[in-house]
Amino acid sequence: MTALFAVCAVVLVVSALAVVTSRHPVHSVVALIVNFAALAVLFLTLSAEFLAMMQIIIYAGAILVLFLFVIALLTVGSDPVERTENKLPEQAGQAVIAGLVALGLIGWGIQADWAPSAARPPADLGSIGTFGVQLLTTHVFAFEATAFVLLVAIVGVVMMAGRKEIKR
Amino acid sequence: MPAIPLTDYLALSAAMFVIGVIGFLVRRNPLTMLMSIELMWNAGNLVFAAFARSFGDMAGQIFVFIVITVAAAEAAIALAIVVMVFRRRVDVDVDDISVLRG
Repeated sequence: MTALFAVCAVVLVVSALAVVTSRHPVHSVVALIVNFAALAVLFLTLSAEFLAMMQIIIYAGAILVLFLFVIALLTVGSDPVERTENKLPEQAGQAVIAGLVALGLIGWGIQADWAPSAARPPADLGSIGTFGVQLLTTHVFAFEATAFVLLVAIVGVVMMAGRKEIKR
Repeated sequence: MPAIPLTDYLALSAAMFVIGVIGFLVRRNPLTMLMSIELMWNAGNLVFAAFARSFGDMAGQIFVFIVITVAAAEAAIALAIVVMVFRRRVDVDVDDISVLRG
């Protein structure tokens, strides 16, 4: 289990770095798929079986395909690589500094003494049955709110992308 | 089966989140920036799932599910905006985009 965690951690970090360093967006998407697969395995080690499946089906299966469609449809014949002049050349160094400061702050935060872990999580933690019961009883309001969020997203996308001519 | 300490998951998630932050700030291609945002979403999800196991409470996992849904909505809307921008110009650099008016 520890070896599995180590392998997944390495894959996760390396693929995340590949996402942000790839010059071509398609390569970034492929690295992101690898990243999400490793994350699904990590969910399994956290006994979140349903979430692992959802990670593969929704994220790797739906959202990233959406990214691939946009890349495929819109960058045909054009060069998607960042070739234009960088208007903010000093931004990269400052971004890295900001990220390292954030990492330091988070690292300081996670050393806090958390409430003692449950020695043995319940056996049915993360199973589909428990998940469904919890989602539709205790957290039913959040579930319904999610439906509203999706409705707003659908209407918004149709309003924006379905327009024929962009007003100048 | 020895359990992996919670702190390991938190450290891994912190690394992933920071990579996403740096990617978002450094890259100028809107698609890559959106993928950096997805990295940050998922780093947060990992923390939620880790705490759910640590506390033996399903609420964290339910929240991950809802975050995944909201991330899907965010990706759809953001990609629609990117489509609009790509229609107007061929080479896309977020530093060149100064108009959000339809």
